[in-house]
Amino acid sequence: MIFLLKEDILNDKTKKVLSYVPSAIFPAIIFPPIFLDNTGSIDFENNPKILAAIFAIIVGYMSRSILSTIFAGLISYWFLIFVYY
Amino acid sequence: MNNRLKTLTKGIADVSPLMVPVVPFGIIFGVIGMELGLSAPMTFGMSVIIFGGASQIVLLQLFSGGASSLVAITSVGAVNSRHLLYGAVFSEYLSHLKLIWKIILSYVLIDQAFAVSNTYFKKNKENEFKHYHLLGAGFTCWIVWQISTILGIVLGSVIPEELGLSFAISLTFLALLINDFRKLKNVIVMLVSGIVATIGYNTIPFQAYIIVAALSALLIATLLTLIRVKKK
Repeated sequence: MIFLLKEDILNDKTKKVLSYVPSAIFPAIIFPPIFLDNTGSIDFENNPKILAAIFAIIVGYMSRSILSTIFAGLISYWFLIFVYY
Repeated sequence: MNNRLKTLTKGIADVSPLMVPVVPFGIIFGVIGMELGLSAPMTFGMSVIIFGGASQIVLLQLFSGGASSLVAITSVGAVNSRHLLYGAVFSEYLSHLKLIWKIILSYVLIDQAFAVSNTYFKKNKENEFKHYHLLGAGFTCWIVWQISTILGIVLGSVIPEELGLSFAISLTFLALLINDFRKLKNVIVMLVSGIVATIGYNTIPFQAYIIVAALSALLIATLLTLIRVKKK
């Protein structure tokens, strides 16, 4: 829920910092589930999510498309589970 | 009337492709809500009242981790704060509207609606009914979200765990960040946030890892913006 503020109530400096908010918040939600396993310890070896996420990032970087990123990540994840499994 | 309708439908059309990942997201939320023992009305109520996927998932995560109300509210507030940015950006186009419009538009505004409407507003500044685009986009998001939540509540444990739909949630947020991957400063901020959160998950008490990570990252962000100014 947000409120539409009066124009100019936020100056340029604040807007600039605010533009970093998504970059500051989302990784905090994304990283732990990807890097930590069920017991909460960091898991690099048996972890298809990391690879799938990296693949998704590469696709996202090149395609600039939200949908492609998500699908790339999901497909590579399913593929990796199949292989690891 | 014709122009209003056209703009409205354009809003609906523009946001529709982005609704594809929202469906599993909503379903997962419904499923997790029920799994945690929330009642169906409570789970659905969260989707109606909060109407923010990230915030709702974070709230659930913290709830199940046993966080206090203070931490929960602050964390959800932190996650929701990006809406302040959205409001600030949109005030340029929408500040002339009546209060009731602002309230309705604020309520239905979420990330996907912001993304498509922002693009539309930039290109169609002269359209006096451009806010209908946001109305169309926002309400589409709202309906899709509520239906997905209900689906999740109903389907419950029928969905197999192996599909890793919770990974889809992480992917959705990742995807919302893709534009920022190109900016070095943003990448730095992201890394700080992610690393602090991952380490803090186990070490920081009261499940405050999200707040701590976000604040640390924002601190770095502020420093980075200051460095720029000094160089000039």
